[in-house]
Amino acid sequence: MIDNWPILSIVTFLPLAGVLFLLMIKGDEKALAQNSRFVAMWVSGFTFLVSLPLLIGFDSSVTGYQFEEKAVWLVGTGIGYHMGVDGISMPFVLLSTLLTPLSILASWRAITHRVREYMIAFLVLETMMVGMFVSLDMLMFYLFFEAVLIPMFLIIGIWGGARRVYAAFKFFLYTLLGSVLMLVCMLAMYIDAGTTDIPALTAHQFAESMQTWLFLGFLASFAVKVPMWPVHTWLPDAHVEAPTAGSMILAGVLLKMGGYGFLRFSLPMFPLASEFFAPLIFTLSIIAVIYTSLVALAQSDMKKMIAYSSVAHMGFVTIGIFTMTEQGIAGAMFQMISHGLVSAALFFSVGVVYDRLHTREISAYGGVAAVMPRYAVFFMFMMLASVGLPGTSGFVGEMLVLVGAWHASSWVAFFTATGLVLGATYMLWLYRRVMFGAIVNDQVKAMEPMQMREFSIFLPLTFLVLLFGVYPMALLDVMAVSIQFVLDGLSASGLSLLAAN
Amino acid sequence: MIFDLADILPALPEMILATMALVLVLVAAYGGEGAENAKRVTRIALGGIVLALILIWSGTAADETAFGGMFKADSFASYMKILVLLGTFGALYMSITPLAKDDINKPEFALLVVLALVGMMLMISANDLMSLYMAVELQSLPLYVVAAMRTNSLRSSEAGLKYFLLGALSSGMLLYGASLVYGFAGTTSFSGIAAAVSADQLPVAFIVGMVFMVSGIAFKISAAPFHMWTPDVYEGSPSPVTALFAIAPKVAAMALMMRLTYGAFGAIEVEWSQVLVALSIASMVVGALGAIMQRDIKRMMAYSSIAHMGYALAGLAAGSHQGALGVMIYMTGYIFMGAGSFAIILLMRRDGQSATRIADLQGLSRTHPMLALGLMIMMFSMAGIPPLAGFFGKWYVFLAAVNAGLVPLAVIGVVMSVVGAFYYLRIIKIMYFEETDEPLDTDMPTANKMVLGVSIGVILLFFLGLSPLLEASNVAATALMTQL
Repeated sequence: MIDNWPILSIVTFLPLAGVLFLLMIKGDEKALAQNSRFVAMWVSGFTFLVSLPLLIGFDSSVTGYQFEEKAVWLVGTGIGYHMGVDGISMPFVLLSTLLTPLSILASWRAITHRVREYMIAFLVLETMMVGMFVSLDMLMFYLFFEAVLIPMFLIIGIWGGARRVYAAFKFFLYTLLGSVLMLVCMLAMYIDAGTTDIPALTAHQFAESMQTWLFLGFLASFAVKVPMWPVHTWLPDAHVEAPTAGSMILAGVLLKMGGYGFLRFSLPMFPLASEFFAPLIFTLSIIAVIYTSLVALAQSDMKKMIAYSSVAHMGFVTIGIFTMTEQGIAGAMFQMISHGLVSAALFFSVGVVYDRLHTREISAYGGVAAVMPRYAVFFMFMMLASVGLPGTSGFVGEMLVLVGAWHASSWVAFFTATGLVLGATYMLWLYRRVMFGAIVNDQVKAMEPMQMREFSIFLPLTFLVLLFGVYPMALLDVMAVSIQFVLDGLSASGLSLLAAN
Repeated sequence: MIFDLADILPALPEMILATMALVLVLVAAYGGEGAENAKRVTRIALGGIVLALILIWSGTAADETAFGGMFKADSFASYMKILVLLGTFGALYMSITPLAKDDINKPEFALLVVLALVGMMLMISANDLMSLYMAVELQSLPLYVVAAMRTNSLRSSEAGLKYFLLGALSSGMLLYGASLVYGFAGTTSFSGIAAAVSADQLPVAFIVGMVFMVSGIAFKISAAPFHMWTPDVYEGSPSPVTALFAIAPKVAAMALMMRLTYGAFGAIEVEWSQVLVALSIASMVVGALGAIMQRDIKRMMAYSSIAHMGYALAGLAAGSHQGALGVMIYMTGYIFMGAGSFAIILLMRRDGQSATRIADLQGLSRTHPMLALGLMIMMFSMAGIPPLAGFFGKWYVFLAAVNAGLVPLAVIGVVMSVVGAFYYLRIIKIMYFEETDEPLDTDMPTANKMVLGVSIGVILLFFLGLSPLLEASNVAATALMTQL
């Protein structure tokens, strides 16, 4: 019975029902704020529960899409309402539905003005994120993909830091410029194939010369989203100015939209161009990994440092995807999920101390471990996961990407590994400066210990990072068949790269 | 020439409105001066518009011509007339409660608007050079007057005069072009012109005539480089008049442009397509860059409308069925975005004086949350952010452009839409990211509430109604293409 339920539509649009509810509640400012928090919490928590059947009912041995839903939208134009998930998108859906309630919980005390609007923005954002991952129609995908900008623009611009206006504009315009070039390519694809259905487009053969242009158009959009060097500059600004929960979602889910796009569109639909441009992607990614790691070393702002580390980590993802090997793509997927959990936790860690001291300057801290020991443990665990300590999910992803990179070229593998070393350097250094040493700042002494609420945000993230680190097959099994499907598509188009393997 | 019933029936809505305008002259003259009479005249005018809407909505879709082929009532005309009627209704409805002390409050206003409306509807149905020119003049003359209606304002008089002078110039160009076209085709009817020209033997002077005619209409839709009057007229005219300018006449002029290019010049698409591409690019660029510098929201809306016309022309330049369809979808979204935005702009007052600087919107999200939300939706829609109406308009016009091989045009268009997004975002920034101690006035008449509510609904839920809309515009585009 439950098989017939349109679970994906429910998961996608349930948060919007919460928005309607939020719009209706009334009361004085204080009661309104508190009620809004609870409504948003319950709605997003319930959405997470509703999304769990996707995990339970998912059959990881099936090629193709599951929980499919089709409905008529634009009659006779080849554009329709089509949703479904496979091993690539399903983990992202759960990542989104998990991180949304956590980030709402994370803003419980940090957001004090315009709470209702804030919660509305987050619930709308959840709908857009989930909708993007489950769309199997290109036009629908684009609608959700770009609509994400609206709530995120407001979250950064209204509840952000001192330079929030600049950051919000930069975020919006950068991303929009990339997206509209992709839009032109989507129009060309629609004209060529006569449909916007993603499975049909995957089966469609685009002419080789056309693939080149299409690939570049999609690259313009996804490279900004990922973000790849040199179009990553919006990210540090956006992260630094965004409120903690905004950074959690931005790093946790929104960056993955680019990687997901490469796997859903670029590789399956433009295989020839993907192979042709793989060296370019490698070059840009290696520069990103090494350059942004060095930049991260030089930061004095904690959030900015973690933001740059995100760029470096996403560099691993793009390298993994374009190795076009099983290990590489699986590693990239694994790294994306892992980074989604770890970076959300790291940004939250910064938020925890920021709520107490209202500064993100590393030099203002020191000796925090003595005041907040439990917090220090969680922070250390997440920091090590980010560095790629064996036993955490970060290790598995980076390891697999390196193996894949080795297949592609030993030089790529060499430079990628260099990034790992640099990553360990800046993260450990950050930890030493914030957590250890003498307490020089009196305010640090007065910091209150970690609350239950903060504890309950760390706990699920820690559990998952550990689970995927110890038992990676939990995630790899889910993705294997879908990744194989992408690879089969690539080898069917006769790529020399794969023939060489 | 004897007119029988067969001539009257296709033009019944226009007949009714024209007759009503004559009645309104009497009501306006003998109903006394002042606000009460103005309200009465406006109410009657609104009733007439509703009647015309019902007639067109329920009318047959069959192609009919009247008055010896000069007037054409087909499903394309119905589609565009419904848009024009809806837009005029919205603008007139909002003028019923004069808000600012300095607003127009005279019975002649509604009367002149109805006359202009008849002109607009005739433009949409024009099928002959004679009826084309008559319709354009009937539309323009009342609008010159209403632009200058606020007689105690120097700005308003300036706007009226500027509009009149440049409008007269454009009429001259139109007329000169028409005379050249007539001279070579030997007939004034669109079908006769279409039959007389063929692409392989084309006199240069005929092309000159065509370019002059297209330029003349480009004035009316304010496509760059014929846009110079727009910002001044938008800014100087009383706000309810600006609302009308922004919504209805553009749709009518665009329909006329479509009739002329697809119909009379259908055989020489290669020639006019280039002209439209140039107009389109110029409008997109001028609209996007010009708006950035503006401090007055009405001026900004003027540049925004120039950019919108550029996008619509990109679809038209494709010269295909798909292009016509795209323009119609675009214009549908456009009238609701315009109506919704002006519903809010009309409310921008402080102590009863209209305050239309962009800076006056500061902190609107705190003082008037619903208005700010409404204007934000309008701005995101105009910027073409999905899933709002503006996005689908862009999707269909650029689809036609790419399909016709005009990829560079589409790329310039989308890049300019990013530039445009900057100034739309600026409005949102001022409303949401900034605070104020000087709130705007709070009273909000029903008319504005209704227009805003309907516009928000249409724009948010555009994707739900897109399928029937596509069907209707598909039929209309087919009628336009096969009008011979």
